[in-house]
Amino acid sequence: MRKFVDLHLRAPINDLKQVERMVNLSAELGYNMVGIPLPPNISQERIRQINEICSEVRVEFVTRVDLMPKTSGELLNNLGHLRRKFEIVSVACASKNVARQAAKDRRVDLLSPCLTFPCKRFFDYAEAELASKKMVSFEIDMALILSSTGFPRIRLLSSLRKEAAVARKFDIPITISSGASDENLLRSPHDYLALATLFDLSESYALQALSDNPLSIVERNRAKLSPYYVAPGVRIVEK
Amino acid sequence: MIHPIKRRYLLVQIESSETIDERAFMDAVWDAVLQLFGEYGASQMNLILMRHSLEPNNAVLRCSHKALDMVKASLASITQANGKPISFRVLGVSGTLKGLHRQRPDVQS
Repeated sequence: MRKFVDLHLRAPINDLKQVERMVNLSAELGYNMVGIPLPPNISQERIRQINEICSEVRVEFVTRVDLMPKTSGELLNNLGHLRRKFEIVSVACASKNVARQAAKDRRVDLLSPCLTFPCKRFFDYAEAELASKKMVSFEIDMALILSSTGFPRIRLLSSLRKEAAVARKFDIPITISSGASDENLLRSPHDYLALATLFDLSESYALQALSDNPLSIVERNRAKLSPYYVAPGVRIVEK
Repeated sequence: MIHPIKRRYLLVQIESSETIDERAFMDAVWDAVLQLFGEYGASQMNLILMRHSLEPNNAVLRCSHKALDMVKASLASITQANGKPISFRVLGVSGTLKGLHRQRPDVQS
């Protein structure tokens, strides 16, 4: 059976009741794995509490950090500190320099548009060419489509259509996430399949974006974070 | 030869803390359809409400089979009705009402 993954459930981690409600709804909607963005200085105790909430409803919890650096130097610094602490590292690209640096760094898992400035989008041919040589994925947050109306939504769908076409051309995996900060913005994977047709993503491609692509990122990173991992293709089998 | 019109029936769960009557439900659906696909798109859907029930809070819509993805996208894009937060979930789709009832006998009144 296909496993559905939502790598960007923006639950407020200070309110565990709300986290519980959102995780329960995700499980009800058919997700098997959720990624919740955490602050870089989060305590192990809070991670354990969230993990417990998720395991109660048989949903796998993925730790994720959202980086929003202003310069490429800041990005490199953050990656050096945080890469081995979180299973998923996403970079919100607020400037072209940051976007280019993120695309060519293999420690970055997801390239996402900046949420505070949704009009700033840098995923073009040059960016895609850099990303195609690494294992970087392009993330689409569906909450942006749901929460916008009128002309901003028209502009967003137009940008997403272009970006999805560029990603397909360069064989860059697309990841569709909810990006939901409350229950009202959460939808089932099949609803997202229908919404993906708005930016010309075929059903099979959208299914991969909701399931296979995010799953492969998580599995790859979990293998890398394991104490038995040495280098690509090299792992300790016996001590 | 005249081809029969193919239709799809959708069972929609209404998720809201407030009561949403039939009129408010359809207003929200048509608003979403018009916003996303315009009048031309709306005219291709042949969308009508077959049944609306408050207990359990769900509805059955009928549309043209070619417009199924458009209708599902419109339903998924709805976040409020009458200024109240709301979300719709498509629980089942079938070519006949009987088939829809067979799919989800537990949630239909």
